[in-house]
Amino acid sequence: MKGSVFFIGACTVVLAGLALTRLGVNEYYFFAGYVVLQFVVLATAWNILGGYAGYVNFGSAGFFAIGVYCSIALTKAFSLPLPLLILASSIAAGLIGLATGYLTLRLRGVFFAIATLALAIVLETLVSNWSYVGGAAGTFVMRPKTVIFFDSYVEFLFIVMLVLAVSSVVIARTIERSRFGRGLRAIRDEEVAAESMGVPTLKLKLLATTLSGALMGAAGAPFSYYVTYVDPPSAFNLSFAVNAVAMPLIGGTATWLGPLIGALLLGSIQQIATVTISSELNLLIVGLTLIIFVIVAPDGLVGAARRISKWVRGN
Amino acid sequence: MQPLLLAKSVTKRFGGFTALDHVDITVSSGERLGLIGPNGSGKTTFINCISGTLRNDSGSVFFDGADISTLPAHQRIRKGIARSFQIPKPFPTMTVRENILIPLEFGSTKSKSQDRRSPDDVLDLIGLTEKANETAAHLTQVELRKLELARAVAVDPKLLISDEAMAGLSHSEVDDILEILLSLNAGGITIIMIEHIMRAVMHFSERIVVLDAGQKIADGEPNTVAEDPRVQEAYLGN
Repeated sequence: MKGSVFFIGACTVVLAGLALTRLGVNEYYFFAGYVVLQFVVLATAWNILGGYAGYVNFGSAGFFAIGVYCSIALTKAFSLPLPLLILASSIAAGLIGLATGYLTLRLRGVFFAIATLALAIVLETLVSNWSYVGGAAGTFVMRPKTVIFFDSYVEFLFIVMLVLAVSSVVIARTIERSRFGRGLRAIRDEEVAAESMGVPTLKLKLLATTLSGALMGAAGAPFSYYVTYVDPPSAFNLSFAVNAVAMPLIGGTATWLGPLIGALLLGSIQQIATVTISSELNLLIVGLTLIIFVIVAPDGLVGAARRISKWVRGN
Repeated sequence: MQPLLLAKSVTKRFGGFTALDHVDITVSSGERLGLIGPNGSGKTTFINCISGTLRNDSGSVFFDGADISTLPAHQRIRKGIARSFQIPKPFPTMTVRENILIPLEFGSTKSKSQDRRSPDDVLDLIGLTEKANETAAHLTQVELRKLELARAVAVDPKLLISDEAMAGLSHSEVDDILEILLSLNAGGITIIMIEHIMRAVMHFSERIVVLDAGQKIADGEPNTVAEDPRVQEAYLGN
């Protein structure tokens, strides 16, 4: 796909979302759509480190929660507008990503994964004991009463998350096609060889961790306005960490398209299941889908589609 | 004349095990050096210290007159030190051409518009042109060895370290690789060759260094070294 076509497509998606808010569609669809788009951001952000560089991060919920609590703290202290909260949250999560990366990136494979998991637990413990942001009891967050242009605050949040989702996909695609992206791919394939061929592996990995963390933090920033009551178990929910890993794996980790498809598909299924069957079923659906994909299509939907098209052309 | 590579008292320990014990090796510009020794004698550890994959604990490495002991590997290749790996380490999801592009893009000090080699030029030099669009995971052993060399020579290094590029290959395949290395040397690249195949080492080297249990036990002309009783003892026992 050409760059200009892609860019026009990205803008069209945002405009279509805006148009949708003018059509008087039932507010519930924006409420549910927000969650799906939030997963698009998380899955795409995870894939920058996990898919492109091959470093599995199990602590996505931690980075997401940094965004959540950074924005709660700033709202209490200065009542900043949402765009500034998003900016501040992504900077905070990016910096923590950088620090985590510096401390843990010498660990490979499963050790890195364990370290990221530990980070999320440490952060949750800290937040649970920080009374300013509600501590373990949690805190209520009041939405602003009115918002310009939109009929309801949920519609506004939907558009905010849509812009974040489209931006993260654009960022991921740009990385994928850049020298940075090719360096990450070399790291994923064979790190020792990459370093000896001139790839500054530590620098690129730190950059990837920072970017990935920043995007997850940005996704968390509007969360408190969306749910209006936040406590540590909801912000550090296992569902964020599991979905951030499962969605790219199901969609395919090699390209920007994989996490996008995985998040749209799995996110929508979970939203539908929540309404029609039960919200408790969500993680079970994710788990089962993941197992099926690991067995049937280990390179995800995008990889499977490529293999099929290759096979069709071969015949 | 100032040597191209000067390893001064290089020492490397792994826990309580001394893998390299005050090793001094000098390589002149344009030279063909053979580095031999029994398994576990420290040959690969030595070149890991030279190329930056490992850091030596004491001693220093000078290249082109500059101390490079503290430089990470990705900067040493830009100074002109390239290496191949004993067990080939291709980028398996990339095609052969993409494999070559990584050192060209990251390890070369030349920009694309300057006289940097093109990937096809490198493939032609090593004889992998037909495999350019093949995924590296699908290559045979000898093709993988050639890919290792191709990625190393892509950046036009001053020093090429070939770590057992011929192990496990057939007679004619060994000749194939040998010919490539000789022509690279004729083109001005200094080469350190680690090899167990004595026929190849004796044919290729102008000088041979022997390591045994982390120490240098011989350094000289191939025939002199081969007759050295300490070398024979290291290989055959007494």
